[in-house]
Amino acid sequence: MADSHLTTATAKGFPVAEAHAEEKSLWAGGIHGWLFTVDHKRLGILYICSGLFFFLVAGVMAALIRLQLMWPRAEIIEPEVFNRFFTMHGTTMVFLVGMPIIAGMANYLVPLQIGTRDMAFPRLNAFGFWIFFFGSLLLYFSYIGAPGLYNKGSAPDVGWFAYAPLTSRAFSKGTSTDYWALSILLTGIGSIATAINVIVTAFCLRCKGMTLMRMPLFVWMSIVMAFLMILALPALSAAQIMLLLDRYLGAAFFDTQAGGSATIWMHFFWIFGHPEVYILIMPGFAAASEIIPVFSRKPIFGYPIMVAASVAIAFLSLGVWAHHMFTIGLPPLGNTFFAFATMVIAVPTGIKIFNWLGTMWGGKIRLQTPMLFCIAFLFQFLIAGLTGIMLAVTPFDWQLHDSYFVVAHFHYVLIGGLLFAIFATIYYWYPKATGRMLSETLGKWHFWVFMIGFNLTFGPQHIAGILGMPRRIYTYDAGRGWEIWNQLSSIGVIFQAIGLLFFVYNLVWALYRGKKAGDDPWDAWTLEWTTTSPPPDYNFETDPVVNSRRPLWDIKHPNDPDWHHDDPEMFRKSAKTSQHP
Amino acid sequence: MPRPFIQSRRLLSRLTGMLVLIAPSIAFGQAPETASNGVVHAKQNIFVPMSAAAEEVLGVSWLVTGICTAIFAIVAGLLTYAIIKFRSKPGEERLEPPQIYGSFQIELAWTIIPIMIVFLLALVTARTIGTVQARQIPADAVKIKVIGRQWWWEIHYLSADGKTTEMITANELHVPVNKVTHLYLQSADVVHAFWVPALAGKTDLIPNHTNEMWIEPNTLGTFLGNCAEYCGTQHANMLLRVVVDDQAGYDKWLAAQKAPPVEDTAVAAGKDTFFRTSCINCHAVDGTIAKGVFGPDLTHMMSRQTIAAGVAPLNKETLREWLRDPQEMKHGNLMPNMQLTEKELDDITEYLASLK
Repeated sequence: MADSHLTTATAKGFPVAEAHAEEKSLWAGGIHGWLFTVDHKRLGILYICSGLFFFLVAGVMAALIRLQLMWPRAEIIEPEVFNRFFTMHGTTMVFLVGMPIIAGMANYLVPLQIGTRDMAFPRLNAFGFWIFFFGSLLLYFSYIGAPGLYNKGSAPDVGWFAYAPLTSRAFSKGTSTDYWALSILLTGIGSIATAINVIVTAFCLRCKGMTLMRMPLFVWMSIVMAFLMILALPALSAAQIMLLLDRYLGAAFFDTQAGGSATIWMHFFWIFGHPEVYILIMPGFAAASEIIPVFSRKPIFGYPIMVAASVAIAFLSLGVWAHHMFTIGLPPLGNTFFAFATMVIAVPTGIKIFNWLGTMWGGKIRLQTPMLFCIAFLFQFLIAGLTGIMLAVTPFDWQLHDSYFVVAHFHYVLIGGLLFAIFATIYYWYPKATGRMLSETLGKWHFWVFMIGFNLTFGPQHIAGILGMPRRIYTYDAGRGWEIWNQLSSIGVIFQAIGLLFFVYNLVWALYRGKKAGDDPWDAWTLEWTTTSPPPDYNFETDPVVNSRRPLWDIKHPNDPDWHHDDPEMFRKSAKTSQHP
Repeated sequence: MPRPFIQSRRLLSRLTGMLVLIAPSIAFGQAPETASNGVVHAKQNIFVPMSAAAEEVLGVSWLVTGICTAIFAIVAGLLTYAIIKFRSKPGEERLEPPQIYGSFQIELAWTIIPIMIVFLLALVTARTIGTVQARQIPADAVKIKVIGRQWWWEIHYLSADGKTTEMITANELHVPVNKVTHLYLQSADVVHAFWVPALAGKTDLIPNHTNEMWIEPNTLGTFLGNCAEYCGTQHANMLLRVVVDDQAGYDKWLAAQKAPPVEDTAVAAGKDTFFRTSCINCHAVDGTIAKGVFGPDLTHMMSRQTIAAGVAPLNKETLREWLRDPQEMKHGNLMPNMQLTEKELDDITEYLASLK
């Protein structure tokens, strides 16, 4: 089916496609070509590959955590090692997996989707990647390096949230906490570099005719993500610098034994930490907003309100951090405010889900692998959103806070939501990046096995939490009703691992044996599908000109172009300024 | 020294034991030993409260759970319907469906309806926050100060005016049934959280800061709880028990705890060893020179159900095992291995076991 649309754009005489660009092999330039590249596409792939690598590392830690928790009072992993595992698992998944993969997605796709040749600052882009990469290595170097000075410590074990004063030198001896703070500071610099680049690129380098309201939603949501990064990350960096001052210069910001405040750290951390959740999920929204329309064969339902909802989520997400702190004894007014602010976010988030549903409604849904992942994303993100509302109800949160219910909730956000969207992204854009299609058969195996495994792992954890099981415990007593839920949860890991084997095999297999993709394998509508797969260094032979949100739709359906349906106001304006074919 | 990731010795012994132990423990639930007044509420469920504080929360919890379940059913139903109904049929791949770009009315509807639901939930939430947090604590409430420590609970029973400590115990809270107990929560080191699901939601114990919460249990029995904020190596074994007794039983327990420690000449050797070694640097026994403040108060330690903040039931065997090497039973805890000889072990075990 896909093949029949291979060269639609060329056949219909799209100006870009006429002067067809030379595709650039992934292997061109050898190792040097990858290490010294400033090309946004190669940096994007580097980001995503290092993210996937760390995903496997932290995934193995998660599997070992689940092995230890499979039986009550199991003695498979020692408490110290377990604590390091969950600290490193959380830190890695957020900063070394989520952040680079979303940076990679934005890097790869934003310039292609807005019809430009590269990011605004290609060298800053390369700098961002490499400082992220070495920062990541620094975190893992703690396994070797941290015991060196004091013969104590090893990897960080204070939790990814590193609550004070557990991080002070009285309670965290050795240097592992310093490795944590320094490496995350470095990766944060990389994220800020990406954020600046995305914003400047999207605002300054759009091709002719691409007004802000004609940008693909992926680009819009990448901008929102980038703004949130710039607003949120400095709070964490500042806190980490204060922590290091505490530890080495006696500053006592958070050292309660010297009059510091433990809650100040919580505020700093969650002022970063909550927007961070939306930083991570925004590219998931972005990918779903591109893929669902193409596989439903309809434009996104309610484009302007999708943009507005994304911006609203970003604004609101800056004012909800204390819902992570409902148990610290905030006054009733504080608790009420943050509960209300958190619930309000459900409105724009709900709008998004409804709009994706509206997009599918009345379409002709093609259930290929990218769409399957998007559909699972919708269901699972719906569950995550609803458990999020439950957690927003302060009195209910007094019970659920720091229980396995929360673990289940945010894994539904970050795996059920973000990771499924990342898989959809990879299945959808892999042909563009490599010139080869991933196998549909392997893709479907990957989808079904992984989806079942994921729900088996994290579904039962809701119940364990309701039965009173706290987070971050390395063991528990028999007889508290938690055994069966933990065992189901651990068994689910096996399915997830098998699903991932299909995925990794598919990635490697398709690189050599995959079907040739051609320019436009999905019969899609955005600009990246007008150029070759993989695209040349310069992306487009000639600068594209667009007249609507779906330039390829216009080419493919000259009798019913999108700009007929655009907002009448915009139509009148654009009719004056740009020539239509 | 960094310890090995996985201890193969432990793994092997575990695997053999596991097969025997697991099956029955799932089938019947292996309940810990019982309290003096009967039931141990090991299995708890936040939807089955046994205290007024947890009951206050129940209404809004069911409300939001109900609303969320309904929303899930509706939206998931619509999604499923759309996927089945609008699935691309074979043979019509090249036909594009009608292009719909949006609808102002529909968008408005699915903006306003959620806003109304949020508004309703926010009001109910605010009211519940008020009833729990702003509750007028009766003057005759039992006043207890709970201090979190790595990785155990220090419990001070306060005088009626809440100003002075009358008695200190550890890891086990005794409270009267159908009466308000007012808890003052503090921490001696890092952040901890007090959580007994059937009695109340959790509240953090934060150094340099006193938090307050209250419980009003309406069911007799022993309730198991945990520290619910990660606090270091043995966070998992910072377990907590709340024994809810009738007023008479509670009064009797309190009087016994306030009494001076039992004197038994039969254990003089052990007592002598206890006071000669560094035990008393950390532990206190009322009315003696043992006035340490870093470890649990031992005055009436044998009245407690567990050792090491809930790791094992407390009896002579576990006590001796603990004294031989505390690091074996609760790895990483702050009590060092005292390198006691077998004779010293026997003697101190006998002495401590007499502290009823």
